[in-house]
Amino acid sequence: MSYLIKGAHCVDPQVSLDEVCDVLIDGTRIVEVGKDLSADDATVIEAEGRYLVPGLVDMHVHFRDPGYEYKENTLTGSRAAVHGGFTDVATMPNTNPITDSGSEVRYQLDHAHAAGLCHVRPIGALTVGEQGEALAEIGDMVMEGAAAFSDDGRGVQSAGMMRTCMEYVSQFDRVVCAHCEVESLTKGGVVNEGRASTRLGMFGWPAAGEELEIIRDIELSRLTGCDYHVCHISTEHGLDLVKQAKEQGLAVTCEVTPHHLFLCEEDIDDSYDTNYKMNPPLRTARDAEALRKGICDGSIDCLVTDHAPHALHEKDCEWEIALFGIIGLESALPLMLEKLVKPGDMSWSRLVEVMAINPRRILRLNPVSIEVGSAADLTLIDPEKTVVMSADYIQSKSKNTPFLDREFTGVATDVFVDGKHVLSDGVVQDGS
Amino acid sequence: MDQAQHKAQIMDAAGMQRAIIRIAHEILERNEGAESVGLVGIHRRGVPLAERLATAIENIEGVRPPTGSLDISFYRDDVMRHISPVLHATDIPFALEKKDIVLVDDVLFTGRTIRAALDALMDYGRPSTVQLAVMVDRGHRELPIRADYVGKNLPSSRDERVYVALQPLDETDSIDIWGPMSSQSAER
Amino acid sequence: MLSVKHLIDTPSLTADDITQILDTARSFAEVNNRSIKKVPALRGRTIVNLFLEPSTRTRSSFELAEKRLSADTLNMGGSTSSVVKGESLADTIQTIDAMNVDMFVVRARLAGTPQLVTHYTDAVVINAGDGKHQHPTQAMLDLYTIREHFGHLDGLKVAIVGDLSHSRVAGSLAPALKTMGADVTLVGPPTFLVDDPIYYGCEQTSHFDDLIEDMDVIYTLRVQLERMEGAVIPSKREYNRLFGLDEARMARMKDNAIVCHPGPMNRGMEINAAVADSERSRILDQVSAGVATRMAEMYLLLGGENNVISD
Repeated sequence: MSYLIKGAHCVDPQVSLDEVCDVLIDGTRIVEVGKDLSADDATVIEAEGRYLVPGLVDMHVHFRDPGYEYKENTLTGSRAAVHGGFTDVATMPNTNPITDSGSEVRYQLDHAHAAGLCHVRPIGALTVGEQGEALAEIGDMVMEGAAAFSDDGRGVQSAGMMRTCMEYVSQFDRVVCAHCEVESLTKGGVVNEGRASTRLGMFGWPAAGEELEIIRDIELSRLTGCDYHVCHISTEHGLDLVKQAKEQGLAVTCEVTPHHLFLCEEDIDDSYDTNYKMNPPLRTARDAEALRKGICDGSIDCLVTDHAPHALHEKDCEWEIALFGIIGLESALPLMLEKLVKPGDMSWSRLVEVMAINPRRILRLNPVSIEVGSAADLTLIDPEKTVVMSADYIQSKSKNTPFLDREFTGVATDVFVDGKHVLSDGVVQDGS
Repeated sequence: MDQAQHKAQIMDAAGMQRAIIRIAHEILERNEGAESVGLVGIHRRGVPLAERLATAIENIEGVRPPTGSLDISFYRDDVMRHISPVLHATDIPFALEKKDIVLVDDVLFTGRTIRAALDALMDYGRPSTVQLAVMVDRGHRELPIRADYVGKNLPSSRDERVYVALQPLDETDSIDIWGPMSSQSAER
Repeated sequence: MLSVKHLIDTPSLTADDITQILDTARSFAEVNNRSIKKVPALRGRTIVNLFLEPSTRTRSSFELAEKRLSADTLNMGGSTSSVVKGESLADTIQTIDAMNVDMFVVRARLAGTPQLVTHYTDAVVINAGDGKHQHPTQAMLDLYTIREHFGHLDGLKVAIVGDLSHSRVAGSLAPALKTMGADVTLVGPPTFLVDDPIYYGCEQTSHFDDLIEDMDVIYTLRVQLERMEGAVIPSKREYNRLFGLDEARMARMKDNAIVCHPGPMNRGMEINAAVADSERSRILDQVSAGVATRMAEMYLLLGGENNVISD
């Protein structure tokens, strides 16, 4: 199959591209980039007014497969990913069983292949069962295709064990991603410690519970030489620590979620809407502001969704027993466009860096760019198209999002994965 | 009250005073003196009216009967439509036992207030008899209740409103009739 | 008429709401002193006491208040609650709601439960204590007790002493006192202080002895010793020495100052027996006030415009 995308504004800072031009895809590759292209047998997509960017990558999602397929599975998660404009997602290992061996990695890749929509890049567990006690078969997982390693959801509590993990991983060209939480400081915590915990009458999850772990892990990165990536950073001070580490030349990166950028603890109102319950918790308005500045100025490397599907009965209950997390694959790009790109705080080039280029680099994926010979993993975005984030619109199996039924202007309309047109004019092409 | 129109004054201050003195005489006659009598006013205008009656009885007989006040908010059968913004304390500083109690109110209308007052009164004790004195009986009873002492029988239409003004709650003493009203009639 | 449909927390109440509750409670206090302690105000109304966390005192107080208002009551909770069998809160509430009840009185271990209940029923909801969050009916009885003693609340200096960070009592009382113009200081060891006292508009301190002479009311909170000892305070003995209200401290209080405690007391821990039984103690008045104020709250809430029944 070949496709000719005509008249889109192409943005790719890797090749200093920021102008209107045509792109011809043939098979799995980009074969021509230029003005006024034509190809007799190609399907033409008239894309005037739209933006064409290297395929978006979300390096932090939970597809719940295997083990929790009632929340999400590889097919529904993939549908949500391409619907949201993503060509690649990295799946966290807190499945059941935990993804801590090569066969679990292969299971995910097989299911992703069967779904045939987006690339799934499994992240393997650092320790067996994410118990923080024994090293998982990291080399086995690397050989089966694991993109990175993490005990996401809790973090490795023992500093000694974390050192072992980072030392061991350092022999492979892979990053250790860390959910930063010192559990002895956050026990029982379900909202940010401070105004929210006082107002809502629940145990606080202090910022220090995250920051202390960041400090520890930066020092372990220095000690072991292992590349280190902070998951879903949520505080101003935590970001300062990452900046300092970068200034010192350490291989430290970090990511942020849309909810930590655009929501804060004050958004949790007295109705105790559990779609505002996440881990780490929503922090102060000041923290969110610092994070927005950080994603724009380059100190935060990438945007991730921490897409965390949960069934209705796990969220429609008392706050303290509701599960942490919200879905995000389908609202992330619209939020970034609405909150940062359109107001002019973030350029399209910077958006491509944080949502496509940097996560590929951190996951050690082959670069994708808008140039001849690159894999045809591309996302076409209509900044003027309006959608309502309704339960019907959302392709994820779960609907746990505080943005439910909210209207957004600016969404992905078309996605190509290895030259395959998996999202066409907003409709997922999976044959179902 | 917005659309209510003043129709007529039924009684002025002097007329009301004459009616109070007459009722005082009737109470004394019926109960063979003031010895056994206790007066209980229903909030709000029954309370000053009971005091007036007590004074009138004292002037005639030389003995002032004990007086009390009764708030019937908690006893209404239509409490859901009649939450009073201000509750008044019920204060009956004498024992009801073996007394002839005269309940005092300004206007007798449907009878529901008196029904509630009887319930309330019984929660304080067991009087020998309970009698009822009102300034105006305007008819339209919904319950088998009648007054023993009436200042003025005033046949009225349901959509009219009868207003008894009494010092010190009001500026003057008078009875007036207003109407018609648009809102549901309310017993005062 | 109150400005709220439900009684969930005290920060939602206006000064006018609180005054109305306290004034109405006086009328019910009069009822409670009669030989026949019952009025038919809520005759024919059905109130469900849903106690998802055991509480003998609060439940007794509510039950008595309901009976004295002539309401029909149904007690659920403890071992009879289906919530403990794994049924969700939504299922439980909707099942009871289908039987057409007028009011839920909800006590729960988890913060926000009463608010959640309002999502599943049109009935009026009263919060009888939710987790570490709020206990508004306790705050109203406390305000009533204090106002009966002083005749007013504005300008009073009140110290709330104890485990503030885990206390729904403090969480309700402090904002309500502030609304009524009182000056509140939170007192306890740093491990007991609240995360954000500015939210309450209160000062907080660990120097109890510095402020005893200035206080009109010293309100001591129950310390849940079994959960605390060794973890956030060293021992009962040390707590009593630093923060316990003993006779020596009581002797330094203003002439007219009073002592309150929400009960049940740990005598010799946060309060010494001689203080609890002293003339300054208003602890039993608080219990009496509980019935009258709860009667007032139920009477005012079930009489709201939202609950008008057709003729």
